[in-house]
Amino acid sequence: MTKEEYKEIYNQEWRKEIRKSVSPKERMAIPRVVMPTVPVEERIHSQRIEVNKGLSLEAAQLEAKRCLDCADPGCMKGCPVGMHIPTFIKNLERGNLLEAAKTAKSISALPAVCGRVCPQEKQCEAQCIYHLKLNKPAVSIGNIERFIADWERESGNAIIPEITEKNGIKIAIIGSGPSGLACAGDLAKLGYDVTVFEALHEIGGVLKYGIPEFCLPNYVVDAEIDNLKALGIKFVPNFVVGVTATIDELREEGFKAFYVATGAGVPKFMNIPGENYNGILSANEYLMRINLMDADDENADTPILTGKNVVVVGGGNTAIDAVRAAKRLGAERSIIVYRRSMDEMPARLEEIHHSQDEGIEFYNLANPIEYLADETGRVNKVRVQMMELGEPDESGRRRPVAIEGNIEEIDCSVVVVAIGVDPNPIIPNSVEGLKTSDWGTIEVDDEKHSSVDDIFAGGDIVRGAATVILAMGDGREAAANIDKKFKSEK
Amino acid sequence: MNKIVSKEQLSSCVYKLEIEAPIVAKAQKPGNFVILRIKEKGERVPFTIVESNPSKGTISIVIRNMGVTRTKLCNLNVGDEIKDILGPLGRRSEISNKGTFLACGNGIRIAALLPIARAMKEAGNKVITIISAKTKDLLILEDEMREISDEIHVLTEDGTHGEKGNFTDPMRKVIEKENIDYCMTIGPVDMMRDCAKVTKEYNIPTRASLYSIMVDGTGMCGACRVSVNGRTKFTCVDGPEFDAHAIDFDGLLLRIDGYRNEESKKLQHLK
Repeated sequence: MTKEEYKEIYNQEWRKEIRKSVSPKERMAIPRVVMPTVPVEERIHSQRIEVNKGLSLEAAQLEAKRCLDCADPGCMKGCPVGMHIPTFIKNLERGNLLEAAKTAKSISALPAVCGRVCPQEKQCEAQCIYHLKLNKPAVSIGNIERFIADWERESGNAIIPEITEKNGIKIAIIGSGPSGLACAGDLAKLGYDVTVFEALHEIGGVLKYGIPEFCLPNYVVDAEIDNLKALGIKFVPNFVVGVTATIDELREEGFKAFYVATGAGVPKFMNIPGENYNGILSANEYLMRINLMDADDENADTPILTGKNVVVVGGGNTAIDAVRAAKRLGAERSIIVYRRSMDEMPARLEEIHHSQDEGIEFYNLANPIEYLADETGRVNKVRVQMMELGEPDESGRRRPVAIEGNIEEIDCSVVVVAIGVDPNPIIPNSVEGLKTSDWGTIEVDDEKHSSVDDIFAGGDIVRGAATVILAMGDGREAAANIDKKFKSEK
Repeated sequence: MNKIVSKEQLSSCVYKLEIEAPIVAKAQKPGNFVILRIKEKGERVPFTIVESNPSKGTISIVIRNMGVTRTKLCNLNVGDEIKDILGPLGRRSEISNKGTFLACGNGIRIAALLPIARAMKEAGNKVITIISAKTKDLLILEDEMREISDEIHVLTEDGTHGEKGNFTDPMRKVIEKENIDYCMTIGPVDMMRDCAKVTKEYNIPTRASLYSIMVDGTGMCGACRVSVNGRTKFTCVDGPEFDAHAIDFDGLLLRIDGYRNEESKKLQHLK
């Protein structure tokens, strides 16, 4: 959106009125809303209880009132997809929730998801005037977004998008994570005949296999998928493109373009001594057993490793998810081992706070160097090299440096490795002429177009491990560009 | 949903199921496997595809009734349905005319050897087969193996069928007598390790097809990791076959039992 376009929306009569209705001083006097949560004792025994309960209408509207509706809003610049944040907030304030939901949906395909999992404190809320200039906590944009999206879903007034006349052009979306779903939705609305292929048995990609239900309940994702089904999108689970059928075979079946959104799902290991002992597993395996195969349900067939002390290596969202899952499976001590300090932790701040409330321990500035095992080959100790922070590295974070001779041991019987993921190699390996980087990501131009004419790509398969919102944004951009390609070919 | 179209009992504890899975049947090649999940809340478990019938749209798997999911599978009958089948997974076996091919199989995993040996025969190889099992009841697919073999040696550890003895004895005899160009070994870890030791002595290129704990089967969980030539590989996407002389069998043997305690608790629950 151009500045002029925003100005026009900004200067609509209702908007001016709502701005004037409360003085900035009064707005600034309102304290930031506190998201109500399920008490720790209650939530700590289940993987399936969402911690945040959501805001009431009154609380959400009061929080909306805090927003000063800046003429040049920083929040929109802080959002990777330029969400029209003040517009949905002011619509909420005036009580037009449907319009608020429409606004959010016009930019984000998955606002109920983004409201829950975006690292707002690093994006929109980091650029909020309250935070930047007023020395007060930012407007709680994420919680408001979630409220609006949940309201739309629960009200029964779900916005039914208009569908352009069907054009019969078959498009294959490979991967049903946030990027694939976003692309599929937009293309279906534009009249395309869209099929989404998913390798796993559940639709939703990382939203299902990765993010636990205590952060993002499945019903939220399923509601979005149902909306997409209502648009006529077909979903094919248990289908690995490149293996079950090749892209060439799909071309023969009439697919005219492909959007590759296969993500970054290959777990990294540290390649240190003892890492293949039993009891040491990737966060993907640990979380998939719970999220996809119900291992937390004792009546399920799926076994899961439990132990008194569970160590999770890493400091990102996945590490925090895994360590909290371990606590919920009954670990007495559930410990994060991270090589930098709390301040450098990439995990979403709210999840770190929740995990602290839940009694998660943080063993910071410690880097595993070796695992030890008992006589059966089951891990029983991790040896960690203690670190200190040195000069900032290319990421801008202070680099951890080993303190020579300072090595400690932590007793544990389960270790979950959550130090990152690499791009899924199946599509890059199975398509001739598809250009990839040295890291295995697919190379695309500004239009998400790969080196192969009918293949577009986006999300983590292009970016490496990034965020849900960027993946979703890529999906939408790719959809627009796929449409442009077919329109120009006409 | 994937319907079971036939069920055959191969021994007191081993069953063969033929299941509708048309897309998998069409794409399957020797060496491929599937991951299946019986029902909601089920676990995902890998099985080698023993044979496929593309025109009928079916694949066959062989199961021994041990472990929770395997036992439940053996209890299913014709007409029952399996919720999810994903495949064909894994790298296909390299099938070509190499000359004389030595096929070594043990126990339930003879089922995984059969499609490879059959394809090697069809590719023009002379196929010499050695199959064994603990006892007669556990020896499966003998007739099928015999049919595609130019020469076959059958053993049981307890002598209840065929020769009694150690797997490596007939192996050495065959190798001394014949010029073996290529060997494939499929069985329990210790059997494959023993085979690999022998062929290493004689410098015979040998592949072992591994079995492993898996969740997704597409390279995402890392449960199936194994050290090959000192480097961590994933059995699901880099395998299931590897150079048998480069596999860390000791590490593999350890990891196979990674969930033994948890699994036996589940099994007690089932009974």
